[in-house]
Amino acid sequence: MTTLTAPRSWDEFMEGVWRQNPLFVMVLGMCPALAVTVSAVNALSMGLATTFVLTCSCLLVSLLRKLIPKEVRIAVYIVIIATFVTVVDYAIQAISLALYDALGAFIQLIVVNCIILGRAEAHASKNPPLPAVINALGMSAGFTLGLFALGSVREILGAGTLFGVSLFGPNFQPWVVMLLPPGGFFVLGAWLLLFSWWARRGLGKPVKEAVEHV
Amino acid sequence: MITPIEIRSAPHVTGARTVEKIMRHVVWSLLPICAFFVFQYGLSALASIAVVTASCVLTERFFIRSGTQAGNLGDFSAVITGLLLALTLPPGFPLWMGAVAGVTAIALGKALFGGIGFNVFNPALIGRAFVQAAFPTAIASYTPSFIDGRFTEFIPTSLAWPLMLPPDTAAWLASKHLDALAGATPLAKWKFDGVLAGASELLTSLSGHMAVGPSPALILLCGAYLAIRRFMDWRIPAAILGSAGLTAWILFGLDPVRYPNPFFMLFSGGLILGALYMATDMATSPVTPKGMWVYGALIGLLTVVIRYYSGLPEGVMYAILIANAASPLIEKITQPTPFGKPTMAGFGRKRKGATYPLNPGYISREDAGAVTPKKRFLRNKPKKP
Repeated sequence: MTTLTAPRSWDEFMEGVWRQNPLFVMVLGMCPALAVTVSAVNALSMGLATTFVLTCSCLLVSLLRKLIPKEVRIAVYIVIIATFVTVVDYAIQAISLALYDALGAFIQLIVVNCIILGRAEAHASKNPPLPAVINALGMSAGFTLGLFALGSVREILGAGTLFGVSLFGPNFQPWVVMLLPPGGFFVLGAWLLLFSWWARRGLGKPVKEAVEHV
Repeated sequence: MITPIEIRSAPHVTGARTVEKIMRHVVWSLLPICAFFVFQYGLSALASIAVVTASCVLTERFFIRSGTQAGNLGDFSAVITGLLLALTLPPGFPLWMGAVAGVTAIALGKALFGGIGFNVFNPALIGRAFVQAAFPTAIASYTPSFIDGRFTEFIPTSLAWPLMLPPDTAAWLASKHLDALAGATPLAKWKFDGVLAGASELLTSLSGHMAVGPSPALILLCGAYLAIRRFMDWRIPAAILGSAGLTAWILFGLDPVRYPNPFFMLFSGGLILGALYMATDMATSPVTPKGMWVYGALIGLLTVVIRYYSGLPEGVMYAILIANAASPLIEKITQPTPFGKPTMAGFGRKRKGATYPLNPGYISREDAGAVTPKKRFLRNKPKKP
């Protein structure tokens, strides 16, 4: 569905943000999406960490795609991903120890995030570096946006703040459930509902018009 | 003369009882209970019932209009959900939280599953469970009943601004010459202070400023009407009350100091309302007579266990929700024996020496002499190129 006006790379990028959004369409990477999205800051930093790991590993996988033997490719991908996760792990620890404690084991667990392995296997290993990086950037933008959508709603309802700034004054009644795991599921479900409704609304139109013409 | 032949699927013979009629009668039988609730707590209770019911009905209307939910507004089921939900909430529950509970009850408890008849859990209890998890302090703060001037002023917590904390009621209670402790429910008093209320006081809910819901005697009366008109199966409440009473009685017999008497267990909290109106929800309870007894016994047992051994003073809600989840399983193992069959196949008594032929589909290929059944319905399958 490449349009004439938009260049192909932009389309490729938007694929990850919108049509193939890893969180709301492919429903991948649920562990970090449910566990660390209690605040917008946590969600955004998790998204940025994943962005870095995803983009760098896709670039490297794409560069090395002709050298990697087919039989051991998964192991090689994991080693590449783990390398970048280690970089992110130490970087976050150096930048902000509070954030590092808040994200906990989920930084190390980026290694097993299926979005990254999936992109490496399905896209980066078959494409030259530039499209691979563009695709990875789109996917990570979609993932980051999704995490932010979850984290901001949960923080606003659960604590009355956004990025730590109080929105409703001191008398806000926090919705305790939103900061607990069930709240994560509720908000994720609501977003999935909204997303699929939105996507289907666009799809329904041509069908309706066609019926009217008949 | 040509007689038109109507071709349609079963059932061909239907009774006079429709869903609408049953639901309408449940609403009517709930009205006296609601009236008593308003008599106890005044304006706040009235506003709470109105807001919660309105939010339930509006949410139902939205989902029916959007075409994602079966049923129609005229079947009164959303009204029942709203009334029951309002009766389980404290009378001074902030109205905006009541609206949240009502929306959640219908959206999460009913529309998500496809509307009336499809819900797995009781919608009213889903709504209550959500607000209990979201606002644990507000839902535990009851106010005493029969306060002077209850028909002219609201309980201050009712009118909290949306998204804002409800104000503290201590000063307001002091102005009514009541201490803050008067707001605790009998169950909370027993659990945290060891004070036991009398069974007869609990039964009528009329004495003193006890923070209780509508009188259990009245609820029993209204429930009896439904049971006599056969709009509700009497087995479920009987099983719940019997099992809760029996469990409480056994524990009371073992250690009368630690455990309260069974009458206190039966008539305090929401057990009577839950047993008669919530657990008997037709979509979420078993349809087999034996299953109803199992289901009721499970609720009664769980209620007493949660009340005695957990951190919560009240356990009826979670007991009913757990039993709702178990009810398809209960139905499955309590299927009545069809007419003409000696016993249930593979369950119950088996005659000695009787052989039960095994379905060939269950025999693994490794079994010697096993014959794989022929595929009969795939004859038109296109051949692989």
